[in-house]
Amino acid sequence: MNNESENRKKILVCCGTGCIANNSYEVYLKFKEKLKNTQISVEPLIKATGCNGLCEKGPVVKIMPDEISYFKVSAEDVDEIVEKTIINGETIEKLLYFDSNEKKRIKSHKDASFYKHQHKIALRNIGEIDPLSIEDYTEREGYEALKKVLFQMKPNEVIKEIEMSELRGRGGAGFPTGNKWRTCSRYDNFPKYVVCNGDEGDPGAFMDRSVMEGDPNTVIEGMVICGYAIDSHRGFLYIRDEYELARKNMQLAIDNARKNGYLGNNILNSGFSFDLEIIRGGGAFVCGESSALMASIEGNVGEPRAKYIRSVEKGLWNQPTVLNNVETWANIPPIILHGSDWFKSIGIEKNSGTKVFSLVGKVKNTGLVEVPMGTKLSTLVFDIGGGIIKDRPFKAVQTGGPSGGCIPKEYLDISLDFDSLNNIGSMMGSGGVIVMDDTTCMVDLARYYMEFLSEESCGKCTTCREGISTMLKILTNITEGKGELDDLDLLMQLGETITEASLCGLGKTAPNPVLTTIQYFKNEYIDHIINKKCTAGVCKNLTSYYIEKDICIGCGLCKRKCPADAIQGNSKEPHIINMEKCIKCGTCYSICPTGAIMIGGK
Amino acid sequence: MNVESNIDVKEAIELINKYPNDKRYTLAILQDVQKEFGFIPSEIMGFISEYLNLPLSDIYSIATFYKALSLKAKGKNIIKVCNGTACHIRGSNKLIEVLTEILNISPGETTEDGLFSIEIVNCLGACALAPVMVINGKYYGSMTNEKAKTIIDEYKGASANEQ
Repeated sequence: MNNESENRKKILVCCGTGCIANNSYEVYLKFKEKLKNTQISVEPLIKATGCNGLCEKGPVVKIMPDEISYFKVSAEDVDEIVEKTIINGETIEKLLYFDSNEKKRIKSHKDASFYKHQHKIALRNIGEIDPLSIEDYTEREGYEALKKVLFQMKPNEVIKEIEMSELRGRGGAGFPTGNKWRTCSRYDNFPKYVVCNGDEGDPGAFMDRSVMEGDPNTVIEGMVICGYAIDSHRGFLYIRDEYELARKNMQLAIDNARKNGYLGNNILNSGFSFDLEIIRGGGAFVCGESSALMASIEGNVGEPRAKYIRSVEKGLWNQPTVLNNVETWANIPPIILHGSDWFKSIGIEKNSGTKVFSLVGKVKNTGLVEVPMGTKLSTLVFDIGGGIIKDRPFKAVQTGGPSGGCIPKEYLDISLDFDSLNNIGSMMGSGGVIVMDDTTCMVDLARYYMEFLSEESCGKCTTCREGISTMLKILTNITEGKGELDDLDLLMQLGETITEASLCGLGKTAPNPVLTTIQYFKNEYIDHIINKKCTAGVCKNLTSYYIEKDICIGCGLCKRKCPADAIQGNSKEPHIINMEKCIKCGTCYSICPTGAIMIGGK
Repeated sequence: MNVESNIDVKEAIELINKYPNDKRYTLAILQDVQKEFGFIPSEIMGFISEYLNLPLSDIYSIATFYKALSLKAKGKNIIKVCNGTACHIRGSNKLIEVLTEILNISPGETTEDGLFSIEIVNCLGACALAPVMVINGKYYGSMTNEKAKTIIDEYKGASANEQ
């Protein structure tokens, strides 16, 4: 590449699922069309990239090398961007990111609080490259690790490097990846398989989707390296049914890698062969569990099996198998290339490297965040996330999805790593962090997870199948005002039994959301049971709204927006809610500019 | 075997024959059938069972295990409402209520005119845009009651124009 082209302006348009939902593809096409019809001396290059993380502010457009980032760009803005920024080098103020912590607009996204605390390893290329261009990947050290492995390292050395990096599986349980590879490499039973778990079923987590969409080659490279290390020649990528774009991008990347000699027979003339195949998931949460996933690939119903014998010995078709999740694979090439010491210098002891979190819920900046292990929860929620929407009070976060637990504000200073989270009854899981404020009802949240799990339980173990649906019944009763105090003990007992007697990890951890909400928010349960009141205003049977007449300014906004015409009052005088008509939709509560709407009990 | 009139048997068999005769393709074949016909017709399960030399009960258990597969015909426009955690705490329940009210069907059902089905899914991975719904693959983020009404009207209008 010559100097001239390196100085060329690049326009990077984010085309991840989030931005596409906000019409970023139209923006991309508009740029293409506009640039075709404009005479510019420096011809810009336009790329559709993967997800930048800050999905809520999408579509995101980056202008390189000026490092200007524009947010919420629409097709109508394209003319202005080309004329002002591309041709004249001016910045367009109104499209810049508004940093709610710094209270000002920021030119480069790298200076924004959302990105400043981040350290990108797994997400290093996402948003920077065109995921479908293998050249873009190789320009940023792509497939260098594979070359190093094939031509300079023995399989044993590769495993040693991963062992020494102390990388732990990013899919949930945090099992040491190097251990897994080592054990599998010891079995002389061929063929062996390499599997990528891309069945990201944990609701609220989407980092794996983002990696597969935005940087598919890193997953391929990680898997080929493992194949070489354990002497396997065949791999499978199991990708969730819902992730259409991820499947498409992965497939194109596989075809392209094969064409370029990074995959298939005799890779880069090294004599080593390895190939990959994509399996489309069927939409079952339990298939994120490794043995269920393997059963699903084999063409069986996706039910887990007892793991007396680990899948590294007898996995897919009873052959030795290494299964890692997407984010883990994405960490492999940088570790090989930069060494285990480098990797261990990031994060904390026994929890090396970074973790990607999907920061969602009632937080200002939602999106994907990659931070060193050991980062404090408060940094994640307040510094990166910008705090709670409308500056409402922080209540709790849920980590680890349906298998994890909630963490109350007393633990805001907790270090985000596998061990600290386990110690307080939650878990890392795949890295979903769901932020909740005072308008989230913890009983309803527990009920929500039980509803989810009762549907998703595969039904094999009685404790999980019947236990969860019984817990759901009890919780539903409580949210409807039919609960009794004894219910709490019953819930705890059921929880213990389910944990003890269920076979797979998903069943064993299923009661966590209930147990932790009872542990940390018992008062809220008691409020529902004794006082018949839901202070968050979520459980309809236990909620009523009224207007505090001293605060109401009589602006009439609630009256106009009420879908049931239940609010009366003259302009500039306090309004009242007609309880007969009120459908408890909460519209008035969320729009009142002065906070005059109050939540009462039943 | 009794074949429902609206199913193109030849097409179904071609679809099945594209795959090697191996058990591990059961799910993939069923997904293709689902995509082509909008559901899994029972006759076709019979063909798959013969082709793969597997008991019909095996095919049935897979067809009923996975959420992506349905034994009932679905509407022309499939509305998937996300009820993942992020969407749930940002009010996806209210969105479901509104859609139920507008279309007069419950989740899992199809309108009488065959135009719409509502499905509840457990996370579409677009959590930053919660609450989210997807109609025929197109994402609609930050949904409100009003937005839902407008979008459904657009789809109704589009089908009326086609007729």
